[in-house]
Amino acid sequence: MNVAAEAVAEHPASRPASGQDAVVHARGLTKRYKNAVALDGTDFEIGRGRIVGLIGPNGAGKTTALKAILGLTDFEGELSVLGMDPRRERPLLMREVCFIADVATLPRWIRVQEAIDFVAGVHPRFDRAKCERFLSRTKLTANQKVREMSKGMIVQLHLAIVMAIDARLLVLDEPTLGLDILYRKQFYQSLLEDYFDENKTILITTHQVEEVEHILTDLMFIRDGKIALSSTMEEMGARFSEVLVNADKVEAARALKPVDERAAVFGKSIFLYDSADPEQLAQLGEIKRPSVSDLFVAIMKGTYA
Amino acid sequence: MNAIMKSPFAWLLKREYWESRRSFLRAQVIAAGVIIVLSILGVIVAEATRARWSGHIEMGGNGNLTEVLQNALSNNIDGLVRALDATMLMFGMLAAVVLFFVVFFYLLGALYDDRRDRSILFWKSLPVSDTATVLSKVVSAVIVAPLIAAAVVLAAYVVQQIVMSLWFAAHGLNPFPLLWAHVSPFSTWLHMLAMIPVNAVWALPTVGWLLLWSAVARSKPFLWAVAVPIVAGVLNFWVQLLGMPHVDVRFMWGDLVGRSLLSVMPGSWMAVYANAPDIARLANMDEANRHVGTYGMMYHAFATPEMWIGAIVGIALIAAATWFRRWRDEV
Repeated sequence: MNVAAEAVAEHPASRPASGQDAVVHARGLTKRYKNAVALDGTDFEIGRGRIVGLIGPNGAGKTTALKAILGLTDFEGELSVLGMDPRRERPLLMREVCFIADVATLPRWIRVQEAIDFVAGVHPRFDRAKCERFLSRTKLTANQKVREMSKGMIVQLHLAIVMAIDARLLVLDEPTLGLDILYRKQFYQSLLEDYFDENKTILITTHQVEEVEHILTDLMFIRDGKIALSSTMEEMGARFSEVLVNADKVEAARALKPVDERAAVFGKSIFLYDSADPEQLAQLGEIKRPSVSDLFVAIMKGTYA
Repeated sequence: MNAIMKSPFAWLLKREYWESRRSFLRAQVIAAGVIIVLSILGVIVAEATRARWSGHIEMGGNGNLTEVLQNALSNNIDGLVRALDATMLMFGMLAAVVLFFVVFFYLLGALYDDRRDRSILFWKSLPVSDTATVLSKVVSAVIVAPLIAAAVVLAAYVVQQIVMSLWFAAHGLNPFPLLWAHVSPFSTWLHMLAMIPVNAVWALPTVGWLLLWSAVARSKPFLWAVAVPIVAGVLNFWVQLLGMPHVDVRFMWGDLVGRSLLSVMPGSWMAVYANAPDIARLANMDEANRHVGTYGMMYHAFATPEMWIGAIVGIALIAAATWFRRWRDEV
């Protein structure tokens, strides 16, 4: 772990206290594969009514963490999801948890009507009328088979089914990968307008950070099987600042111990600070709130080195 | 009944049917349809031949088919009933062969296809236990698919009889006393139906073996499921040739290789009687030949150790397949 990440992880605000309200509670979560450690004794909490982005480079343990939460894989350590152990109580847990893993996991042979009938038959918390209302906004027809749909349409169907389930935790693993921009915007728009409320929690992993940035309430960076940063968006805004510094003030800027430094145009540099004094920063140059992706890059520096 | 049809397990069975209706239903309908088309062609050929004969050759009586049929039929009602039984039996045997292939490949794909196309992630996002999922596949293979096959057999027989009735009627013969007044073919059909539970328990080792590879194999479950027992059988045979300690060759091929691959063939449990002529003698062989076995013979199979040892092994294999379904985490 590089210095920046370590400093960030030790910050008290990186452990949001959620106590009993926690939807997911992990302590010492560990998963070893034959020749790699996917999760390295990590701790995290996810509170109720949050939209959490779990962001990390490939191979950092994102998917393993989701699989552990969904009871799809065995693990060591302590993990409770809605007060249940996902290893032992999976069928019961799945009444309260939904997930969309990847696009296009609906079986290709199924028809729209069959998918609805089936989910209505096996899921006690599924609301058929709601699902049909969502579908009526799309071009999907009851007899259409998944194999006849475009990727975007498959996601519309999947989302309509999932949004009609009154679950307490929704897990989305790269839900918009390979979709065109219209479907991607519509996807998150629907989630916010028609689904999310204070009793629901959404956990998203994605590479397209810019796309979810404005809907997230919390952020977790995962790196080498550990949570490198966990913070609410407000805290993050308060903690991290980016300053565009002219060449003549670079030395002064470095003296304030930036987390990261990168070059900008016209010989200027951009410095990223964690919990710096805003008045001191103001003397260096223009202060901005860093984007999640810039913060991510700064904290993950050295990951691929 | 309504409550049962609306239970989650019934929906799992429906899902299996939706996914596999091509093989469960359509393959059976096509196979039976081919036979019916052939018999219609037979009628056409008979009519064409008659037209030519009656033009040129003087036959007995008025040279018309009506009398030929009438004479043949009324003098030999028992022969006619046997022919009707044989018709039912033919549809049944054909359905059994189709069923063997259908069920064999259904089981190999049952826990593999959704891993390959990743739709397992959708199924696993629903509150259904892996045990219920695997059991729904077992029940589909040994109960649902055979029931559908039996229904198609009965329907095919009826269609066939309607074709023959029309033909008879065209010759002024009343088809009802000739073709429809006999209980025997329907009794043959009931025998087939009654055999389904016997076939089901007997099939368990193959069901478990195929499901296990379906749940375990990263690719080509067919190759693994078939190659492992056959290679083991061949190796055992070589070891025997070398005079080293080996498994009894007949036990190896019959009870290990055969039971792990071929037990889903309907009626294959009759093999237990091959070594027990006294039991075969108990059965009324005439009835057995006409009706694919007697009830006594069928249910006596439950008194054999082969049935129960196979069932226990099969259940253990199904449990192992369920474990892999639950915990195998790379898709």
